[in-house]
Amino acid sequence: MIAFVARRLALVVPVLLGLSLLLFVWLRLLPGDPARALLGERATQEGIDRVNHLYGFDRSLPEQFLLFLGRLARGDLGSSIRTGQSVVDSFLERFPATVELAVAGLGLAVVAGIPLGYLAARRRGGPLDHLSVGASLLGVVVPVFFLAYLLKYVFAIRLGWLPTAGRQDVRLDATHPTGLYVLDGVLTGEWDAAWDALRHLILPAMALGAIPLAIIVRITRASVLEVMNEDFVRTARAKGLTRAVIRRRHVMRNALLPVSTTIGLQAGALLAGAVLTETVFALNGVGEFLFTAVNHLDYPVLQGFVLFIAVIYAIVNLLVDVSYAVIDPRARQR
Amino acid sequence: MSAPTAAAVPARAGGTWGVALRRLLRRRSAVAGGVIVLLFTVIALAAPLLTPYEPGSAEWAGRITPSSVPGPGPGHLLGLDSFGSDLFTQLVYGARQSLVIGVTATGLGLLVGALVGLLAGGLGGWVDTLAMRVTDVMLSIPALLLAVSVAAVMGRSPVAVMIAIAAAQVPVFARLLRGSMLAQRGLDYVVAARSVGVPTSRIVFGQMLPNSVGPVIVQATLVLATATIEVAALSFLGLGQADPTVAEWGRMLVKAQARLESAPHLALLPGACIAVTALGFTLVGEALREVLDPKTTR
Repeated sequence: MIAFVARRLALVVPVLLGLSLLLFVWLRLLPGDPARALLGERATQEGIDRVNHLYGFDRSLPEQFLLFLGRLARGDLGSSIRTGQSVVDSFLERFPATVELAVAGLGLAVVAGIPLGYLAARRRGGPLDHLSVGASLLGVVVPVFFLAYLLKYVFAIRLGWLPTAGRQDVRLDATHPTGLYVLDGVLTGEWDAAWDALRHLILPAMALGAIPLAIIVRITRASVLEVMNEDFVRTARAKGLTRAVIRRRHVMRNALLPVSTTIGLQAGALLAGAVLTETVFALNGVGEFLFTAVNHLDYPVLQGFVLFIAVIYAIVNLLVDVSYAVIDPRARQR
Repeated sequence: MSAPTAAAVPARAGGTWGVALRRLLRRRSAVAGGVIVLLFTVIALAAPLLTPYEPGSAEWAGRITPSSVPGPGPGHLLGLDSFGSDLFTQLVYGARQSLVIGVTATGLGLLVGALVGLLAGGLGGWVDTLAMRVTDVMLSIPALLLAVSVAAVMGRSPVAVMIAIAAAQVPVFARLLRGSMLAQRGLDYVVAARSVGVPTSRIVFGQMLPNSVGPVIVQATLVLATATIEVAALSFLGLGQADPTVAEWGRMLVKAQARLESAPHLALLPGACIAVTALGFTLVGEALREVLDPKTTR
């Protein structure tokens, strides 16, 4: 198992390097003049030249590429053309909000979705089955940001049960060693801060988790139905194994394989959803930051974003493969 | 073609597709979905007939105050939006944007993807290998990143949104068509056709393709649903239509955010339009999948 993880980890490095460099070249080949975007329509040629020189845009592409590589090795992604702030710092500052939201949303979807899908399959055609199939259909057709609005309107504005926006009540003045506010509260022992952060997280996580939840319920249901018809399940039943053992060791273990693949495939959608959800609940994650960067052709920030996404993709795929190996011993051989 | 098969075809009136259509019409969910899609199509086409106003006119901006937006009343079926345009007009013209962009994007993705899939599945060999490696790379790029890059190249425009949505679908369609064509390649009828000397192009277009399009059509219908949502999502993020006078459901939702407390219907109505349109396409697509897939016939 450890050997498998190590082998799989070694594969990440070249993939990441290749992907990030490919995207670097691609982004730098985009038309559009960042200096002009920065200085505005009435910029003088002299000013444009100076900005281009300052950021190295006047050098040849291979030169810029090598410079980028060298800085990358030192953990320096340059600074935003627009604000002058370091790209790495800006991302590190905003990224925990996005991560916290994504983890909470996906966690909710997995924790609720797998049991629901299983129960729906076990009582096929029953009320719970119809309900979960119907609800999962809704989860697919309602846009994330609209669901976010609905939740915000009902639970925050009308009922007043939960906060409308933000990540934590600023008056709490909590300390944030990791930037993941709920975890921070637990680590520092500031329980009221952790509770407050959790309350802020509930609605965004529900909005973001809805689509993956719907998908996980559908896949789990279909996959459990399929596995339950397999010969080995009948054999297990014939051997007189208890229901719990059959469920845990025979049905779920096999049924979860397609589910874990699906969860991995959701990573991209989850990211897009997190960006949308952040906007509605003013969570100050990478979402807003990214779109100002697009509108200002802020290349260093865009590159940084691409790199971050590449890293996350690689990590998520690694986790999916590892979870595969945990569920299915055969996968460790490859 | 043997004589008995040829004789059996007219008896089934309309062949496989006629059978599929009749089975589809027997499903309540498919009919409901079809009605929804038809309804929004009619609304989009007949927009100028349904409302006396122009979209984005902001004619009644004077009646908008920071704390209130006039609700339903005489002359304005659903009241005004936060910029002083007629809300009903905005919704009706919004259907045009969503459907035109969504359908074009899906069509574009389908066309390019099917072409790639056709070449890969029909020719095989290095064409297949190359096409699959390229789609691998495309699938590994998150759709959002793709949309952001397209917007960075082309600026904020509906065309950029179309291309971004289409590009994300190309590898999906390509793999689907290739997969089902590969499944056909080993079948007896293809081997038989080849052995009697039918030219490759006729085998591919005349026999393998018609037998492989089922899953692709199902997928296209389902993509229409996600495309409707994505059009709104991208304009929600400010990547779509830059012209403020064009009515667009996603942007109507953005504008509604500040007034969520005082005028929730400004968000509710465009949001519901998006969801219902997507629901229509999804119902049709799901039913189509069940009808065309022999494994799920119940």
